Amino acid sequence: MSGCEPLIVGRDLTVSRGGERVLDGVSLTVDRGELVGLVGPNGAGKTTLVSLVNGTLEPESGTIELDGRDRAGLSQREIARIVATVPQEATTSFEFDVESVVEMGRTPYVSRFGTTTAADHDAVERAMARAEVSAFADRSVTTLSGGERQRVMFARALAAETPGLLLDEPTASLDINHQLRTLELVREAVDDGKGVLAAIHDLNLAARVCDRLILLDGGRVRTEGTPREVLADDALADAFGVRTVVSDDPAVGSPMVTALRDGDLSVTEREATDDTPPEE
Amino acid sequence: MLDVWRRTAGYSAALATTLFVVVVVSAGIGPVPIAARTVVAVVANAVVVPTGLEVVDAAGGVASSTAGLPLRISFTHPFAFPVSQTHEAIIMRVRLPRILLAAFVGVALAAAGTVMQGFFRNPMADPGVIGVSSGAAVGAVSWIVAPSALLALLGPLRPLLADGIGLQLAAFCGALIAGFTVYLIASREGRTPVATLLLAGVAVQTFLGAVVSYLLLNSGESIRRVTYWLMGHLSGASWSEVGVAAVVVPTLTLVLFAYARDLNVLLMGEQDAQSLGVNAERSKRALLAVSSVLTGAAVAVSGVIGFVGLIVPHAVRLLVGPDHRVLLPTSALAGGSFLVAADTFARAGVAELPVGIVTAAAGAPFFLYLLRTREVYEL
Repeated sequence: MSGCEPLIVGRDLTVSRGGERVLDGVSLTVDRGELVGLVGPNGAGKTTLVSLVNGTLEPESGTIELDGRDRAGLSQREIARIVATVPQEATTSFEFDVESVVEMGRTPYVSRFGTTTAADHDAVERAMARAEVSAFADRSVTTLSGGERQRVMFARALAAETPGLLLDEPTASLDINHQLRTLELVREAVDDGKGVLAAIHDLNLAARVCDRLILLDGGRVRTEGTPREVLADDALADAFGVRTVVSDDPAVGSPMVTALRDGDLSVTEREATDDTPPEE
Repeated sequence: MLDVWRRTAGYSAALATTLFVVVVVSAGIGPVPIAARTVVAVVANAVVVPTGLEVVDAAGGVASSTAGLPLRISFTHPFAFPVSQTHEAIIMRVRLPRILLAAFVGVALAAAGTVMQGFFRNPMADPGVIGVSSGAAVGAVSWIVAPSALLALLGPLRPLLADGIGLQLAAFCGALIAGFTVYLIASREGRTPVATLLLAGVAVQTFLGAVVSYLLLNSGESIRRVTYWLMGHLSGASWSEVGVAAVVVPTLTLVLFAYARDLNVLLMGEQDAQSLGVNAERSKRALLAVSSVLTGAAVAVSGVIGFVGLIVPHAVRLLVGPDHRVLLPTSALAGGSFLVAADTFARAGVAELPVGIVTAAAGAPFFLYLLRTREVYEL
């Protein structure tokens, strides 16, 4: 069963909220070993799409298949054994220690009257080592920095040992160093064979780490493809309401997009202007 | 922490021992002081053990054809320590039922309070936050002020009320009706947002408070009894009440304990809990229903005893941390000890006081002390 089909398949998903279409006929596929980035302006429906996949929201119409099974027929527990979610921000103000929070990732495996097993313990240890949070396993999450806390949430998702991961703006509140570290960890998980769907705000960061991008705008998929294709697409400029120029990042060579305002000229445009032969 | 069960067992054993000691010491305190040794002897004497099963009709070798089990269980008192009959009567008839009822009520209120604080992610939540206590008060006060009117209203339930449990039943029904009303008001399309629930609870509590005030104004000669009930009391506890509490309270507390992990995960937010495989709405319903029944039962037998469900979970959380798998059983046991101690003071102090006054007067300063000496920034 596993291995053949894509991990996540969404077909024609529609969601309305307060009379307004938040998602309108969105379809998507995420394979194992693939990192798919959801990009788009604020309010495009990225978070809504993530909530549909992890079962915290029901679609008005359309279907989702997880690991080849219809999501509508899966219990919340079964869904949580296929995809684990890293939330945008860990909101707890309760003084749980890091290990307790990571251990919550094992919730879909622990029965109501049962207790955690050695297997659970091992999964928690591995996840903490992987996300580099073992060093502060005993500290309260309330004492951690934003970046550390985000890695704890990532460790929690890893501890679930699911074939799929969902990330909702995992780097939104992080500084550039922690953004990169977090995304490196995501990349490692993908290289291990996990299928990952990540809503990422920062286009260049998304282009740098993702295998494929899906551009959402106004609740619809405007374009999708390799990062280079998506960044170069006119739909991107339309979606964000700016002019864009795609170049290669001089340091890492990944495609990079620069937004221009109406009056701005890109370097090539300026060169073109400069190249006009001086009048004699 | 993964050694969470070891911590739970350790703390629970220590607190259960404390509760036992508090009960024994309390049973010795009163107008007639009784040595702890005597108390233990009296309790041991009361222990019965089934010693044998007899198959009644088997002697003739012919199987009995009568209905029912042809078995007879014989009991024996394994202990027979010499104790004075007066002491035995004081402990078994007067003090012990009251003390045990205090213990069960304390356990119930502290367990329900712990759940409510976690559920609402709010440090000021107490067992009555969704109107359960206020509903019980309306039920009980109506019963005291106008039992005939209430009886007419209850009609078919009349036979149940005959043997002196009318007050408790009225309070319990009032509690459940109020809690369920608040739940219905706050629910829409199968969802019950916690914030709506909290506000609906406050509104319904205020309304029911007005009803109680009105009844109080018109209570005439029964005003003393009404006031006494409202302040929370454990005097007049009977063994039948203890028997009901001994079944209801531990059972429901265990059910809450089974939801301890869900409660932890719910603290991270409902969406997050859902993504971790918890059916948030179903868990919330279960937690709310069970803790409301628990609170309703406690209030029905003891009146509105404040602060136990607010302060005990807080104090224990400062000591054992926020993990409900540890917090819930420890808080429940600590609540039992706290209420037994408070009620001992209430009945054996300078004058007989309603225990609600003692819990508030002793609990609040202790809580403030904890707040000042421990670093507490958040719940």
